[in-house]
Amino acid sequence: MSEHYQNLSLANPEANELSGSQKLFLALGLTGLFILVLALVNVQFPYKAIWLLASIALILVGVIGYSRASYKSLPGIHNNGVFFKSMSGRGVWAWSLGVVLTALYVFLYWLPGYLGLGQDGAGNTGLVGFFDPLSYFLNGHAATQWFVYGTLYTLAILAFGYKFILKYRHNKYQVIRTISVMFFQLALAFLLPEILTKLNPTVPYFSKDIKNMWPLNYYFFEDWHLTAMLKGGNLGKWMLYFGLAMIFIGSPILTYFFGKRWYCSWVCGCGGLAETAGDPFRQLSSKKLSAWKFERWSVHFVLVFVVLMTIAVLYTFLSSDANSGFITREIFTWGMVILLSAIIATIWIFKRKSLDKDARYTMVSLGVIVVGTMVLNFSMNATNIFFIDSNLLRSVYGFLIGAAFSGVVGVGFYPLMGSRVWCRFGCPMAAILGLQQKLFSRFRITTNAGQCISCGNCSTYCEMGIDVRAYAQKGENIVRSSCVGCGICAAVCPRGVLKLENGDRSTRFEQDPIQINRDGISVID
Amino acid sequence: MTKQRDSATEHIVIIGNGIAGITCAREVRKKSAKRITVISGESEFFFSRTALMYVYMGHMKFDHIQPYEDNFWRKNRIELVQAWVKQIDPAAKKVELQNGTAISYDKLVIATGSQPNKTGVTGEQLKGVLGMYSKQDLEHLEELTGGCKHAVIVGGGLIGIELAEMLHSRKIGVTFIVRENGFWGSILPPEEAALINRHIREHGIDLRLATTVTDIAGDAAGRVSSVVTNTGERIDCQVVGLTTGVSPNIGVIENSGIHARKGVLVNTFLETNIKDIYAIGDCAEQTSAIGLRKPVEAVWYTGRIMGETLANTLCGERSEYAPGHWFNSAKFFDIEYQTYGWVFARPLEYEAQFFWQHPDGKKSLRFSFHRNTRKFLGVVSLGIRLRQEFFNAFLDQDHSIDTVIRYLRKANFDPEFYERHETVIQAAFKSKHQLHAQQV
Ligand SMILES: Cc1cc2nc3c(=O)[nH]c(=O)nc-3n(C[C@H](O)[C@H](O)[C@H](O)COP(=O)(O)OP(=O)(O)OC[C@H]3O[C@@H](n4cnc5c(N)ncnc54)[C@H](O)[C@@H]3O)c2cc1C
Ligand code: SF4
Ligand code: SF4
Repeated sequence: MSEHYQNLSLANPEANELSGSQKLFLALGLTGLFILVLALVNVQFPYKAIWLLASIALILVGVIGYSRASYKSLPGIHNNGVFFKSMSGRGVWAWSLGVVLTALYVFLYWLPGYLGLGQDGAGNTGLVGFFDPLSYFLNGHAATQWFVYGTLYTLAILAFGYKFILKYRHNKYQVIRTISVMFFQLALAFLLPEILTKLNPTVPYFSKDIKNMWPLNYYFFEDWHLTAMLKGGNLGKWMLYFGLAMIFIGSPILTYFFGKRWYCSWVCGCGGLAETAGDPFRQLSSKKLSAWKFERWSVHFVLVFVVLMTIAVLYTFLSSDANSGFITREIFTWGMVILLSAIIATIWIFKRKSLDKDARYTMVSLGVIVVGTMVLNFSMNATNIFFIDSNLLRSVYGFLIGAAFSGVVGVGFYPLMGSRVWCRFGCPMAAILGLQQKLFSRFRITTNAGQCISCGNCSTYCEMGIDVRAYAQKGENIVRSSCVGCGICAAVCPRGVLKLENGDRSTRFEQDPIQINRDGISVID
Repeated sequence: MTKQRDSATEHIVIIGNGIAGITCAREVRKKSAKRITVISGESEFFFSRTALMYVYMGHMKFDHIQPYEDNFWRKNRIELVQAWVKQIDPAAKKVELQNGTAISYDKLVIATGSQPNKTGVTGEQLKGVLGMYSKQDLEHLEELTGGCKHAVIVGGGLIGIELAEMLHSRKIGVTFIVRENGFWGSILPPEEAALINRHIREHGIDLRLATTVTDIAGDAAGRVSSVVTNTGERIDCQVVGLTTGVSPNIGVIENSGIHARKGVLVNTFLETNIKDIYAIGDCAEQTSAIGLRKPVEAVWYTGRIMGETLANTLCGERSEYAPGHWFNSAKFFDIEYQTYGWVFARPLEYEAQFFWQHPDGKKSLRFSFHRNTRKFLGVVSLGIRLRQEFFNAFLDQDHSIDTVIRYLRKANFDPEFYERHETVIQAAFKSKHQLHAQQV
């Protein structure tokens, strides 16, 4: 079969040659990158700060100029040749980029010394050292590999965000959404934490990125982090309370009104990178039924894992530090027992029908096991609430999920598996928001009755691998927990079939949301 | 026929795995355990014909335009046979395949689709001259693309403009020859046609209106080298796309005794003149037209509805084809087109029309209503997405144009944050036709 299809793309490559200005800007951008490579191999630059700025500027100018040259044509959908191009069609370039990105993450997490991070008190060298001036300027400390990473990450979102805006300039939803992710990355994820660190030089480290909520930020409830926040003066306490409020109040409310898109495709940094730098790869996500099945298990497995890990870590924290002034172990344990039972009971009573049979039974049996274990260990006065050492749980999670999955696989595999591998298969935040979206949100994608021609553009370009067409061609609305509301399916649909909407929940699953009588008409507004 | 077959093991044979045939097969499977065989020559699996252009343009691979995974058919016990049917033998209740084998049926569904029209111009048989209908046409076009600098497309309809966009995406120069005074002039009213003409030219397509091709010339190797137009101009080209419409593909019924005009003749139950033989989709022709519809409807969704309807009949619930209100959609390069109800390019005598165009020249709306009763009849939109359910409901309930205009905000289906035009449109309507009190 595939032999035949390859045949279909034989004559194409020459049609996608680079234009003169594309080549020029590509060269500028690569020069900027090359400066970073030189720094990495320890070339000593005089006036480091200027070289660093030059490198960043060249990369920015390169991407911006290249984008302008690429999207000169009239506003509209720009997907010509996507599957012919080596980079977006899993060709040689894609594989090479995948290898480079993966390696980068391996060094970041486990071998930062090779990037130039000063070991045992020594000063930074190499790439990390190259970023020292900027780091001193922003936060008053020498750079770390994470500072370098944060800077480049932000740069990528800004530069490729610009490219994305240009590509979708006819679509206001896309433009506004992209400005939003660019803003949240630059201001809240990058600049504000650095500046706050500079203004509060004496407080211990804790996360100052207020949009990076638990469970995406899995160490929020770890002992060292809680301690740091509690000892972090007003700022620390504020971060703690704001974090708690967002987790338990803010995010469910926002998800109720807007679906999980308010976070996943408007605010989140991982989503931000996927939507901008990852955009050329969105079409590579697998649409197979088997991928969906795997996704449901894996993403909920990570969610359960992070919840258990967090409970375990908190329990240990409260046992060891009885006078942290927080809450006692008793209150915590019973609080958790009640909270988990209440959530499961509520879902069982009100939402049983929205869940598949296997999901229902898994949820209940898991709940019983977890609550049982907690009660058992508590009554035995054990130091670990789930038998296993909480430190072990924590480091396993940090290694497997925090580093290997979200970083190495999540971004390293962009060019091969699409831009949302982590969001789809691993992100516990996406899992929680997804449950909320499926069970009690006003968000849905409405299908325009019979207009679908089953062309497949929507499914192909859905980065979450949702087979949108399967719903659209039946005239069914799309209510899926994994949908991040990027709106690309609606944008690429050539027949105007799809519309992202927030509306009355009672019409969410209906095919015909319109009632008209002589006095008026009611539809979604 | 004499022997009463157990309805569970009844064998339904469908010729053609397009949207009509496949919808029928799927719906029969949903409702029954009958044996189902789909015979089709063009491809092993069902694919979306409407999306062929996107494969050529690199938006998708061929796999992407197959709406079902390959194992779907076996899982649902729908047997697929990739072969060409040579002829039908109603007396023996079997179809004969070109490969020499035969398949017997209890009930036969003809869903063989369309084929591109021939123009009768000399040179039509030259290498490099092709229609754009099938997967094979696409493969053929792919082969021709390598050596092609300039192409000429003859015929200004939906497939013609798609072909223009396809070739343009591969940086091939395109001359687009249209017989009418505006693109798709038989369907689009003049203002809409003008809008699209501008847009086509804006993309760098050499659009020739009110022009026809008189001759297609070839080189010594039998390959097309130029076309000559009615103005005597010669245009050099390596590919000629003939897109002057399609007609039912009914070669398969020859000598079978099944009645046909342009298409296989059916009644409103989609039954042919021979018992247990039915026809659906592009290849079917209604003996007498339904409402204002054409007897042959070569569009995607009517094929789907016919497939659904016939499945009911095959499963024992004889059902009439009731397509509901007319609608259609298309995309002309970057401009989307939608229509609901009837709006005629040259208004009928009872028809009043209201036209609004955005100053940017890329969006427009046109409403049609009854001159005297002000009953709402239809709408055509360019560049603005409209909600089908809204207009269906209004057409169902015979509402007036005044009600439609009043509730226009609710009809919008554009993505969030898009610029809205209802207030301007309402004002424009009022000043031209007055807004009457809400009554029907
Ligand atoms: C390029 C293009 C774009 C289009 N875009 C749109 C659009 O945007 N909107 C819209 O509404 N419509 C569109 N159409 C029209 C639409 O695709 C058709 O109306 C629809 O596909 C018809 O479906 P069908 O099932 O009747 O026939 P088909 O899809 O033609 O399927 C019939 C099948 O039967 C096979 N067959 C025929 N004879 C035999 C035989 N003797 N033996 C075995 N097999 C046989 C054929 O090979 C074919 O595979 C488009 C058509 C084309 C070509
Ligand atoms: S279904 Fe549409 S909006 Fe949702 S994630 Fe997929 S492409 Fe984005
Ligand atoms: S892109 Fe639009 S027309 Fe195409 S399959 Fe999806 S919903 Fe249907």
